[in-house]
Amino acid sequence: MSRNVDLLIIGAGPAGMSAAVTARRHGLDVLVVDEQPAPGGQIWRNVETMAATARGRLLGAAYAEGAGAVTRFRASGAAYEPGTQVWQVEPGPRAYMTRQGATSLVEARCLLLATGAQERPVPFEGWTLPGVLTVGAAQILLKSSGQIPDVPVWIAGNGPLPLLYATQLLKVGGRIAGFLDTTPPDRRRAASRMFPGAVLGAPGDIAKGLVWMATLRRAGVKIVRGVTDIEAIGGQAIERIRYRIASGDDVTVPAQTLLVHEGIVPTIHPTLALGCAHRWDAAQICFAPQLDEWGETSQQDIFVAGDGAGIGGATAAGLRGEIVAIRIAARLGRLSEGQAAASARPARGKLRRALISRPFLDALCGPRHAVLVPNDRTLACRCEEVTVSEIRAQVAYGRPGPNQVKAFTRAGMGPCQGRQCAYTVASILAEAEGRAVPDLGLYRARPPFKPLTIGELAALDETSEAA
Amino acid sequence: MNAPPDTLVIGGGLHGLSAALNLARAGRHVTLVERSWLGRHASGATAAGVRTLNRDPAEIPISLESMEMWRRIERIVGGDCGFHADGQLNVAERQGDVAKLERRLAAMRRAGYTHEELIGRDELLRLVPALSPHCAAALVARNDGAADPHKTLTAFRRAAEAAGVAILEGTSVRAVERKGENWVVRTSARDIAVPVIVNAAGAWAGRVAAMVGDDIPLGVKASMMIVTERIAPLLKPVVSVVGRPLSFKQSGQGTLVIGGGLQGSADIDTQRSTVNFRELAKGARAAHDLFPAIGPVRIVRTWAGIEAKTDDLLPVIGASPNAPGVFHAFGYSGHGFQLVPVVGAIVADLVVRGGTNRNIAGLAPERLMNRQEAA
Repeated sequence: MSRNVDLLIIGAGPAGMSAAVTARRHGLDVLVVDEQPAPGGQIWRNVETMAATARGRLLGAAYAEGAGAVTRFRASGAAYEPGTQVWQVEPGPRAYMTRQGATSLVEARCLLLATGAQERPVPFEGWTLPGVLTVGAAQILLKSSGQIPDVPVWIAGNGPLPLLYATQLLKVGGRIAGFLDTTPPDRRRAASRMFPGAVLGAPGDIAKGLVWMATLRRAGVKIVRGVTDIEAIGGQAIERIRYRIASGDDVTVPAQTLLVHEGIVPTIHPTLALGCAHRWDAAQICFAPQLDEWGETSQQDIFVAGDGAGIGGATAAGLRGEIVAIRIAARLGRLSEGQAAASARPARGKLRRALISRPFLDALCGPRHAVLVPNDRTLACRCEEVTVSEIRAQVAYGRPGPNQVKAFTRAGMGPCQGRQCAYTVASILAEAEGRAVPDLGLYRARPPFKPLTIGELAALDETSEAA
Repeated sequence: MNAPPDTLVIGGGLHGLSAALNLARAGRHVTLVERSWLGRHASGATAAGVRTLNRDPAEIPISLESMEMWRRIERIVGGDCGFHADGQLNVAERQGDVAKLERRLAAMRRAGYTHEELIGRDELLRLVPALSPHCAAALVARNDGAADPHKTLTAFRRAAEAAGVAILEGTSVRAVERKGENWVVRTSARDIAVPVIVNAAGAWAGRVAAMVGDDIPLGVKASMMIVTERIAPLLKPVVSVVGRPLSFKQSGQGTLVIGGGLQGSADIDTQRSTVNFRELAKGARAAHDLFPAIGPVRIVRTWAGIEAKTDDLLPVIGASPNAPGVFHAFGYSGHGFQLVPVVGAIVADLVVRGGTNRNIAGLAPERLMNRQEAA
């Protein structure tokens, strides 16, 4: 029920796998746990099965690269337990988890959180209607079960993922009703100033984006730029979309599926619960754990690598995993400080290069204002059905922060534990009170982070077995 | 309302609000200071049980009066507190435990109290059909119940403000000094000079007491709670069990609220509390044993509240023996929610009339201070 390891890695995506490979190379006893049934994380989800198939090959080169990373991980000798839900982490470090109904506790000398990112929630009127989902969710269906929507889909959003998904969907035979680009014109202008630097530094990344856009055009996909104020309309499910175009006119179109995406943000539930210090990333408009140059949090022996450390993409994630693992090997006496510094140098160089196009992407891909502060009629908290105007009404009582509003409106008290509304509520309050989101902070994280039943928690009680 | 305050309440939990409300209604000009926000700690983290059942004899007289007040709480505070009186039960699983309940009942009857009653398995399962049939008997207080802590906070806040209380959130007390007939309370916002201070500062009340020269040793509790997803109606009364850490109820929203006094840890300097899942598992085990059907119900969140604990687990209610004009109301040690309405009235008695007819003989601050000096 209780186990001890040198290094516990939570998450088997690019960062977790790369850290495991590096840590094993230095002889550490490594356990990797992950909630998915197979290694790869979100980007390389199901890559072992899919990469070899015709459909998998259509998902592109970046996806196929995952197969090699997974093979190296499988061969590393790290213990790997897929299908595991980690529902609490504590200083120690220790982690509580459930796998196949069995609950256990792992005590580790070092803990690496490689838990990646989540899509930024995109609240707008009608976003809870069946038929509205995120691009990320649609891509998961495509990767894990090869599922293609049987109706033409509307895609609305900003950033690389909607473009990538649209390209993938076309290749595997899906149909796109229209592509609503929500990138605000001022972001496009700001980003264009960084474009030359990004092209010179990371021509591959930029070329990818241009190729995706060209693919959509060639396929005759209707592309609408500068879209704002999207609303999904329908009774039992989405029937129409209304959106505002750059001229200020509203357009209404029939729709059965709407996929939205406004970028991704680091998963910070675990580090919040651990009491780690966080920083506000103004460029990415999100919180991220405060880390030293080795990826260590403000809590000793607890590390973060990958997009959970700040959005950087798969290549950067793998390199950050390698750097963290070198540090941990040194912490556990397998390397001297000097050896660790030397050993990390090549990865640090590659990491710099991997992040070269990031300022351009950050400038281009930030969410528009309405994503952060939707109109009053929008549900801010979909679990407890609390509207934006109800959140705003709380401002009449003092200058509340998110935790007060949670207590008094129940926003954030539902099963998603505030993952869907934390930024929205903080942004609404910040605007209404003339404060800044980093000053307000987010909801306190309250474990468990993942579904845990009464029965599973009861099973952790060893004392009563004898009773 | 614009008159300078003559009374300062320190602490914006329910007890501070209730004291402030009663004092303002009695004609005092009340300012309430709260370091964080109203209900930040114990009052926001409570299971909100409204319980006379199994109370210490020293608390029973005021607890019974408070129960009468809960029955008309909407009229007292002018708002909904989510109170419902579906009873509280203390269940005995084994015959040995039944004997404990019988002894308790006999002691209550000898003292002349009739609010507790012993029921057998049939009546128990009639009241709580979802309960595991292995349970043998229970002590019940049929008029007990539970409330909604956040609705209660909102109602008390609005009532207090309507009565003229000035509430200053985000305002902490740094020092208290004697100046003539007044206390000068140095807060993070400004200095406030008043002849009367009510110390309702919860887990931090020992520090406030020390600022006026009262040395009252105070521990801290970090009682843990579990809340689940919403489920179909399962039970109405609040259920506890002899010899096990469990308090079990279903909220008005349909969530299960599981507490029972299992302790996490708390740091009163950082105001942070931490859940200990190895301990909390005992509560889940007890809940699962008593209500076998809830095994698959998902836990949505857990937390630990922070509140004061006295040496004898009874609250401190009374005038300071050393500091004129200072009144203490803290140290509820895990069972203060039900006492909120009556203690506010008692504090107003003490401040306005210089005494109270209510029986608080066993709750005086001196009892803990004396013990301190003797040790």
